[in-house]
Amino acid sequence: MSRCEYIPANIAIAEGAMAAGLSFFAGYPITPASDLFEYLAEKLPERGGVVVQFEDEIGSINAVIGAAWAGAKAMTATSGPGFSLMVEGLGLAIMTETPLVLVDVMRAGPSTGVPTKTTQSDVYQVRFAAHGEYSVPVLVPWSAQEAFDLAVKAFNIAEALRTPVILLTDAALAHTWERVEIKGHDEIEIVKRRPPCNPPEKFKLYEPCKDLAPRMAYFGEGYGILVESLAHDEEGYYSPNTEAYERLVRRLVAKIERNSHLIADNEEYLTRGAEYVIYAYGSTARSAYAVVKELRREGLRVGLFRPRALWPFDAEGLKKATESAKKVFVVENNLGKMVREVERVLKNKEVIPINVIDLEVPPPDKISEEIRRWL
Amino acid sequence: MSAHPLDKYLVTKRLPHIWCPGCGIGVALAAILRAIDRRVREGALKPENLVMVTGIGCTARAAIYVSFDSAHTIHGRAIPFASGAKLANPKLEVMVLGGDGDIAGIGGNHLLHAARRNMDLTVFMITNMVYAMTGGQVAPTTPTGMYTTTTPKGNPETPVNVIKLVAYQGANYVARASTTHPALIERYTYRALGMEGFRFIEIISPCPEIFGRHIGFRDPVELYEEIKKKSKYKPKPSLEESDLDWERGWVLGEFIERNEPGYLKRIGRV
Repeated sequence: MSRCEYIPANIAIAEGAMAAGLSFFAGYPITPASDLFEYLAEKLPERGGVVVQFEDEIGSINAVIGAAWAGAKAMTATSGPGFSLMVEGLGLAIMTETPLVLVDVMRAGPSTGVPTKTTQSDVYQVRFAAHGEYSVPVLVPWSAQEAFDLAVKAFNIAEALRTPVILLTDAALAHTWERVEIKGHDEIEIVKRRPPCNPPEKFKLYEPCKDLAPRMAYFGEGYGILVESLAHDEEGYYSPNTEAYERLVRRLVAKIERNSHLIADNEEYLTRGAEYVIYAYGSTARSAYAVVKELRREGLRVGLFRPRALWPFDAEGLKKATESAKKVFVVENNLGKMVREVERVLKNKEVIPINVIDLEVPPPDKISEEIRRWL
Repeated sequence: MSAHPLDKYLVTKRLPHIWCPGCGIGVALAAILRAIDRRVREGALKPENLVMVTGIGCTARAAIYVSFDSAHTIHGRAIPFASGAKLANPKLEVMVLGGDGDIAGIGGNHLLHAARRNMDLTVFMITNMVYAMTGGQVAPTTPTGMYTTTTPKGNPETPVNVIKLVAYQGANYVARASTTHPALIERYTYRALGMEGFRFIEIISPCPEIFGRHIGFRDPVELYEEIKKKSKYKPKPSLEESDLDWERGWVLGEFIERNEPGYLKRIGRV
């Protein structure tokens, strides 16, 4: 049964994860993600789950991967400095095709930066920090309600595609209290992990189904599985030859990119026939939304395009939403990151970066001031 | 072809293994599998509940040869991966097998904390005193003064005493064996598999190709004999006798045996 609560995004994520069936959480304290961890430490064991604080973020992410292979729906949560330590584990999860959810609550970097305040400066880190060829879904909510909903969706994508999924929020959202409808386990769509369809002697752990994602057997089920971090063939055998390697990495990337319909999700506000479109995401999009309303009141045809998934980049969705636009403004709380993707996709349009660094959230007047210079 | 009694625990089509002639890792793995087989035949262990987790290195390759569930993960991280698996499904019998660099070097922090938690795992550390897979660099267990490719003038550091390190954190079982004494490996593994909490078995093992040859042992048998000579079994040795000393040799035996509640029991998961 659903219920409404007044909670911030960190707690909404914890609730969303539990609604999706979370059974294992490992973490290491870090501002501004610790209260998500503390909340689960209290709530998850009551539901039969396990919450453990590890010695560092490296231990946490690897424990989450191990738990996933023992059958758990598993998650960890951190912020930029902790994410840096989790990167090798993220690579392991990608290579071994381990379903898990990694929450990254952005703060201001580089290094220790400003732990308690926000920016959107880690949107490349979460997508590109690991070495090697890969693609990883990154979901980006703008409210506590969406944090709940996207936590559920993150688990569903992880299970459907046997992949780690990153849920990217920031320090402002993490602690902005809002009304959230917490749906019950029976009121949300839950995607289940696909079990083997062959007996153990015929089952191949990395053999893709039609949608390129493989089925999964756990430890303890009698399949004699090998979770392999080396480049491997469909059976999991190390294959240091070009053909097998290329087949593997092309599939690892295509598995995400070709299933982008499961991931891509955009909110469009007044983009139809708009002369100007603002591209904004996460907490910054809330101010961008206010700017759109302000400029509309003045009779300007402005719209908002807000992706709920940053990666894979939804080029078609953006092209469609900006068909009528003369200018596209990319508003970010960083020095210009997603704007490069927008420029790449909208080659023949004028794309203008609006980079407003603000340790709270870029306020609407700062954004509109920048945008007005181009109108 | 007539099957070896341990073939059922191996993916025989992946053999021959990558280990060099004279390497001790195969001897250690065989002894571990014999102990597992004894527990299985006694009905105390189910093969489908066995999980072997390894990191990276020569020893870590063992994961790819066993027929039961296994994971060949990343350098130093086998212990947290294994902890996660055990916590998620307490029925699993989770073992970690790794080299001294993997377990006590890059993975040293995880080792320390898993021992402190008395995490319900059996960890085997194969000590060959060198980073072998990468070509002979200094390890945390390399004897002081010894030549390695990254300490060409001799190792200036003191080797870590992992037996003491793990024992002082509260591990339930701490023993040292050697591949020159495979019966001890089998006996200690058999005992460890019947216990809860953190169990640690160090296994001294010759690396004739990368360690022995670099320090003047031209023949694998010479290094084997040297390690055999230096390894002295002692019933119930004290921690004070646990130093790994190339000049004076080392003691094999069971240093610690406790029956404290394992981590799963402490959090009410059993």
